[in-house]
Amino acid sequence: MKTTTMIVSIILAGLLTNNMVLSKFLGICPFLGVSKKVNTAFSMSIAVTLVMIIATAVTYPIFYFLLRPDFEYLETVVFILVIAAIVQFIEIFLKKYIKPIYNALGIYLPLITTNCAVLGITMLNVTDFDVNAYSFGKLYLFSLTNALSAGLGFMLAMVLFAGIRQRLETADVPEFMKGLPITLVAAALCSLSFLGFAGIGG
Amino acid sequence: MQILIPIIIVVAIGVFAGLLLAFASKFMAVPSDEKTEKIRECLPGANCGACGYSGCDGYAAAIAAGEAKPDKCAPGGETAAKALSEILGVEIETEKKIAFIACGGNDENTTKKFYYDGMPGCAAAALTIGGPLDCEYGCMGYGDCVKECPFGAISMKDGRPVIDENVCMACGVCVDTCPKHLIKLIPENSLARVNCSNCKRGGAVAKACAVSCIGCGICEKNCPVGAVKVVNNLAVIDATLCNGCGTCKEKCPRKCII
Repeated sequence: MKTTTMIVSIILAGLLTNNMVLSKFLGICPFLGVSKKVNTAFSMSIAVTLVMIIATAVTYPIFYFLLRPDFEYLETVVFILVIAAIVQFIEIFLKKYIKPIYNALGIYLPLITTNCAVLGITMLNVTDFDVNAYSFGKLYLFSLTNALSAGLGFMLAMVLFAGIRQRLETADVPEFMKGLPITLVAAALCSLSFLGFAGIGG
Repeated sequence: MQILIPIIIVVAIGVFAGLLLAFASKFMAVPSDEKTEKIRECLPGANCGACGYSGCDGYAAAIAAGEAKPDKCAPGGETAAKALSEILGVEIETEKKIAFIACGGNDENTTKKFYYDGMPGCAAAALTIGGPLDCEYGCMGYGDCVKECPFGAISMKDGRPVIDENVCMACGVCVDTCPKHLIKLIPENSLARVNCSNCKRGGAVAKACAVSCIGCGICEKNCPVGAVKVVNNLAVIDATLCNGCGTCKEKCPRKCII
């Protein structure tokens, strides 16, 4: 496949067909936990997107040059270690040099340290693209695009769902379905609707 | 030997990440104000927002900058305020307060003008021609305060909210939430409380609720220390004068002083 077609299909897949939350069921924790208001959902998604891109930028070379081909089984351990360190570093860096962003992201940044969506995207990058078919430069570009589109897909799911939940607040829900049960039903329907996009990717 | 290389890789990455963070925290450390840190330590960390700032960190920064008074922390109460005033070197007076719902109405002693089946919640019900109760000032019991209380101190009992005084931190969130403005912050040790908020008088009030204050003034006449006054057809007790003799509770024909 040509590079440009590949990139377009990666973006489409990340946003719709292979949506991080609604198709791959990664990052369910913030999806249910931080989706009560649209603006907090948005801040959280921005933080996740940012960390996904930076984590991919660091973990992919580590995988390509250090772990491949003999130690691929180490990727989970190494990636967790690296991502945790990166998030800590980003926090310190932002606090020192870009205070407004640090204040805006607030509590969300440390929360992402243990977010499975971030670990998930770095590990999917490793399996999604055929290492032997492309040069490192192209693979790196694909991985970064994949991280960006997964982050945007996460944002789409979060903001959509936060909107639904804000409307649920005022809906007359039966007593036994109030709170988490109705939220999970709504999440399931949301996920089901994204299944409709499956045809787009071909 | 095969096991050595992966061990070395993981250890090397770990050591590198550790060193990176150690250096980063040293060279990129933000010099934080010592006073702010000290103030922050005295605050309870509930981040309830009762002080009007974004959280305990925000409030600590505001106190350190001299923009806020140290007595605004409701959950910290007297202890926090004392500790803060010591740091700042200012004297303040505080007393522990609790929230009190000034309404004794329930499903038995009140009457309704219509059956409400609209959007759930007090705020919506209150907008519908003043709510379903005949008493315009009565608690409708849809539990907005229960939902909003950040400490879980309010629970529903027999269709009306009840405040657990041991849990209440007097943060004032429920005071702002109640669309009928029935909840007030009162001193914890107040000895007599007027359990009604109706500031109309006479027959209509008496019909709407069996335990309403009709503004008759018997309590005012009988109080030996002059602590009770009827203002706006509603008895008001001055907690600084009240000695807790209980005369008003006995004499009240409506039994709305508790």
